[in-house]
Amino acid sequence: MTTNRIHQKLQEDKKILSIYFTAGYPRLEDTVSIIENLQNSGVDMLEIGLPFSDPLADGPTIQESSTQALKNGMTTNELFKQLKDIRNSVHIPLIIMGYFNPIMQYGVEAFCAKCAEIGIDGLIVPDLPVDVYEEDYKSLFEKYGLANIFLITPQTPDERIRYIDSVSDGFIYMVSSASVTGAKSTFGDVQKQYFERIHSLQLKNPQIVGFGISNADTFETATNRAKGAIIGSAFIKFLNEKGIDAIPEFVQSIR
Amino acid sequence: MSATINSITPIGGNAGKGAYHVSERGYYGEFGGAFIPEMLYPNVEELRQKYLEVMSEPSFKQEFNKLLKDYVGRPSPLYFAKRMSEKYETRIYLKREDLNHTGAHKINNTIGQILMARRLGKTRIIAETGAGQHGVATATVCALTGMECVVYMGEIDIARQAPNVARMKMLGAEVRPALSGSRTLKDATNEAIRDWINNPVDTHYIIGSAIGPHPYPDMVTRFQSVISEEIRAQLLEQEGRENPDYVVACIGGGSNAAGTFYHFLDEEDVNIIAVEAAGKGIDSGESAATSVLGHQGIIHGCRTLLMQTEDGQITEPYSISAGLDYPGVGPMHAHLFKSGRAEFKAITDSDAMKAGLQLCQLEGIIPAIESSHALAVFEHQKFGKDDIVVVALSGRGDKDLNTYIDYFSL
Ligand SMILES: Cc1ncc(COP(=O)(O)O)c(C=O)c1O
Repeated sequence: MTTNRIHQKLQEDKKILSIYFTAGYPRLEDTVSIIENLQNSGVDMLEIGLPFSDPLADGPTIQESSTQALKNGMTTNELFKQLKDIRNSVHIPLIIMGYFNPIMQYGVEAFCAKCAEIGIDGLIVPDLPVDVYEEDYKSLFEKYGLANIFLITPQTPDERIRYIDSVSDGFIYMVSSASVTGAKSTFGDVQKQYFERIHSLQLKNPQIVGFGISNADTFETATNRAKGAIIGSAFIKFLNEKGIDAIPEFVQSIR
Repeated sequence: MSATINSITPIGGNAGKGAYHVSERGYYGEFGGAFIPEMLYPNVEELRQKYLEVMSEPSFKQEFNKLLKDYVGRPSPLYFAKRMSEKYETRIYLKREDLNHTGAHKINNTIGQILMARRLGKTRIIAETGAGQHGVATATVCALTGMECVVYMGEIDIARQAPNVARMKMLGAEVRPALSGSRTLKDATNEAIRDWINNPVDTHYIIGSAIGPHPYPDMVTRFQSVISEEIRAQLLEQEGRENPDYVVACIGGGSNAAGTFYHFLDEEDVNIIAVEAAGKGIDSGESAATSVLGHQGIIHGCRTLLMQTEDGQITEPYSISAGLDYPGVGPMHAHLFKSGRAEFKAITDSDAMKAGLQLCQLEGIIPAIESSHALAVFEHQKFGKDDIVVVALSGRGDKDLNTYIDYFSL
């Protein structure tokens, strides 16, 4: 097991607020200032989205931000270049979220090595299935001290959740409902029951809820049982409307 | 001719026999697999666990075969193309998938998958379509079985393929525009996958080619394998032997080719020729010749060859034929290419259009432009006088009339 910033953060006695944003959006050069702004506003952890042309688990907001980021010239090399000195100013856990094809083309080992060099703590690769990871890539991730984060959904059977828990290292990403990414304004009883069910499994890894968290209310409901929550689409929409300077306002509206 | 299917084996026969068939884990050599987000796991896993079992049920096979016969009009003829054979001094047979109901091979797969969806208790069907052929074939079987049908189609393709959009609507389907990315086939496929993520319980996704996560490539191939099963029986009747010297088919995602090659994969005396669309030329920047221009990667849930940037962003292919305009190839074909079992050829727009017009004039058959790519092989390769060459005529040209009219200023 790796002991990186993610593990340390998850030990803290508080609910974790994590924010997803797409690197290179709204402007190519915004990545680092968004990260610094979010940290300085009190966000606990960040997911930096490596844009992909065909993000099939994402809803319209993240799709559009990815398309724009690619148009702006974002590439894997460019992201690594932008993040080169990030650890001089940023101490919270940083996770890269990206689809598997761009990582494969970079070379999985080279990608992991680069992440370790920069100080990235973990990866979320939604289309890298847990069994392929375990067989082909787990030892590589461990070699470079990277946590790999897996998703579970309301449809994931208990047995599979336990398997995912056994392979995971860091936290489990609990997708709030059967859907692609996108903001919702409330959670219903079905979601609440799902949050309870997962809580009752007493998993080894803490759970952080994502997809559909948009405001103080959904954050509160999601973190009632889980360790934290991740906001993506709602943040990107806010960024689009209000700009980077308004980031503290967004974070304060959540908690 | 009646399809002789053993009652305990699934449609297409027993899996994993030869080196070119899918493995237990869903791979063809290094290609295939199921690279899907966890949200899709329950649906894809359910299908994986059940598809062979369902395809082995005598009642399933009976229903499938009956619909293929009475509704689709199978077996499709294997036609000896006499004048074309004379011209190219070889023995050319055309497998007439163009004579199927809805005008292409696509219906073989949609009939199979709609019956599968019903066995799995699904009530809602989604599909992607590029030119609209698979969308029409899906809307057709949904009407046939009274299922709700949503077809995703790129906004740009909707504008290019108005008659097929109208057909789908007449058949009761809802056509939803894919507005993301490049707004063509790959984006329509992304939208269909997103719909499936959002509707995990009641919905079955009818993929239109031998692509996608395992078990789709194998399932689609098995439903299409009726093509080569019939070829063998028909050749035996007409030539006294089951194996031709060559089988030729065009490849978009690879479903008509997979069905045409299937029963010959392990027959080493049969040469396999796969024809891709070179568009305006391999080096023109406007091409869909994936085996030449593609690299290994992940597209729509499977590891295969695909056209992409150095950075792993999927690029937009080009071909005059909308049905060949896909940036990847099915994993079985990637393996046939890599292993050398199949020979791949790339045919340009202009060679395909010429071959299409020539078939009209020599044989009185107006082919789909996709199929015209396969027909163009005779201008590029000399076959022996006694060679038997079977070409899959995957579809008819009605849908392409506007393209033919514009191209030849008719
Ligand atoms: C007539 C015809 N042939 C071929 C194709 C290509 O698809 P595939 O490679 O799956 O056979 C299409 C696709 O729309 C088609 O309509």
